Amino acid sequence: MAYEAVIGMEVHVEINTRSKVFCACSTAFDAPPNTNVCPVCLGMPGVLPVLNREMVNKTVAVGLALNCRISRWSKMDRKNYFYPDLAKNYQISQYDLPLCQEGFLDIEVDGATRRIGITRAHMEEDTARNTHSIGGGQSGVDFNRAGVPLLEIVTEPDLRSADEVYAYLTMLKQILEYLDASDCNIEEGSLRAEANVSVRPVGAQTLGVKTEIKNVASLHGVTKAVEYEIARHVRVLDEGGTITQETRGWDADRGLTFSQRQKESAHDYHYFPEPDLAPIVVDEAWEQRIREGLPELPAARRSRFSDQYGLSTYDAAILTATRAMADYFEATAACGADPKQAANWIMGDLQALLTLSAMDIRACPVQPDALAGMIALIDDGTISGKIGKDVLGEMFATGKTARAIVEAKGLTQISDADALRAVILEVIEKNPAQVEQYRSGKEKVLGFLVGQVMRATQGKANPRLLNDVLLAELRKP
Amino acid sequence: MSQITVEDVEYIAGLAQLEVDAATKARLTEELGKILGYVAKLNELDTRDVPPMMHALEMRNVFREDEAGPSLPRDLALRAAPSHDGQYFIVPRILDTDEV
Repeated sequence: MAYEAVIGMEVHVEINTRSKVFCACSTAFDAPPNTNVCPVCLGMPGVLPVLNREMVNKTVAVGLALNCRISRWSKMDRKNYFYPDLAKNYQISQYDLPLCQEGFLDIEVDGATRRIGITRAHMEEDTARNTHSIGGGQSGVDFNRAGVPLLEIVTEPDLRSADEVYAYLTMLKQILEYLDASDCNIEEGSLRAEANVSVRPVGAQTLGVKTEIKNVASLHGVTKAVEYEIARHVRVLDEGGTITQETRGWDADRGLTFSQRQKESAHDYHYFPEPDLAPIVVDEAWEQRIREGLPELPAARRSRFSDQYGLSTYDAAILTATRAMADYFEATAACGADPKQAANWIMGDLQALLTLSAMDIRACPVQPDALAGMIALIDDGTISGKIGKDVLGEMFATGKTARAIVEAKGLTQISDADALRAVILEVIEKNPAQVEQYRSGKEKVLGFLVGQVMRATQGKANPRLLNDVLLAELRKP
Repeated sequence: MSQITVEDVEYIAGLAQLEVDAATKARLTEELGKILGYVAKLNELDTRDVPPMMHALEMRNVFREDEAGPSLPRDLALRAAPSHDGQYFIVPRILDTDEV
């Protein structure tokens, strides 16, 4: 039987405010255990939480970027459950009136656009982190993470394949980074993706039994886990079995999902309005202010890069992958560099240098104006593109300008035909055998002769001029 | 109206980590029963034409600015815990997977 997969995503992202969502404790990630804690996030009796305004601002910004309706009137609720990661025995979250509702995100897979419905995005607090390495039948609890602002973004069951899941997560992550709403560091847990997966016979209207994949530590892991889980559902159903509704983990080493626990059929969290926090009213004026402050989003920037700079769709996608990279490219172009050349240098040599030193482009020692300066030296024939590669490496290592390096090292290209001819004649004289071979029709020898001239000029010969003069000399009888 | 039993009191005391002696248990059973009975009386009211109250607070939009301030010294934060190791709060081993 032919099946189709039905997938919905729940993504938790930590919003990157300076302080926690209900108290002034720092949100720094790597602080020693239980040093960013206070009576509020430790859930001491009698304390009062106060909502961080920035959390509302950033949540509304994310909601608008995901084409959501922003609730005029919203509130926080208590979600009650007993677990050691909650000091209060409840998590402050949003239940029936989330701040953002009914949006969508257009994703692209294999050149086709698919619209994925966003059910809701709601504010809540992150929980404490449990450490199971304490031993002796005990666990340690670190409350630094408790109270860090968390946004939960839930989709409709609109995704149909693992590739769509990957595209959705990648686009969502890009948007969150463009908005400066979250670091989206999946390894540090500031982005956590869960997938609800089920399959049904093609054409069926009802949904199959779903399983929930949790605790996967990378985007590729989520995609692989979804792929595995779809295949598992199909296999079980084809063999006449049934799927059990449960939570499943992902074993990255063995490449399979495994049962973690049965899902309680009706987990009753006894939600009720949080009496310690006042309702949140985002009026039109506030929403409008946030809308006007939104940056250009990845999809819009991508198509503008194609139109304005004449870049290919592929190049535009790579250059807009992060806001920092896109900003860097535009700054380089604004300094007068040819956009296509700038794009090639940034995606090629510069990216390679950054990758090699595990450096983010925001910390790049070569500033956009310096890169534009190097490209200008190639444009005006001062150096060849090949020398440019070496110069860029030197710029990256020393922070010096291209011109300073070219002058100090005497790298200026030999673009004077007479000067070049002198070297070429010398090479011709020293290699009579190869010259004879060339003249008798063995044209492959040309490469050897070019190489000899390049070596004699330490790579500084203008390549085109070298070619012209060398050919002219060789054709002389 | 459901009646509060001694077992209910013991269960709740257990969750709240309170040790309660037999006499107190008996007293709490009676008192909690009375409180629930009092609240149950409200159910007798006809509220068909009363719009639901969405929130107990009349206020709206009470916020703090996003500024980080000092936290508690760790020894103070840990002091009231039944068990700690100087860094972590110590609890019986958690077998379940992480919630959220």
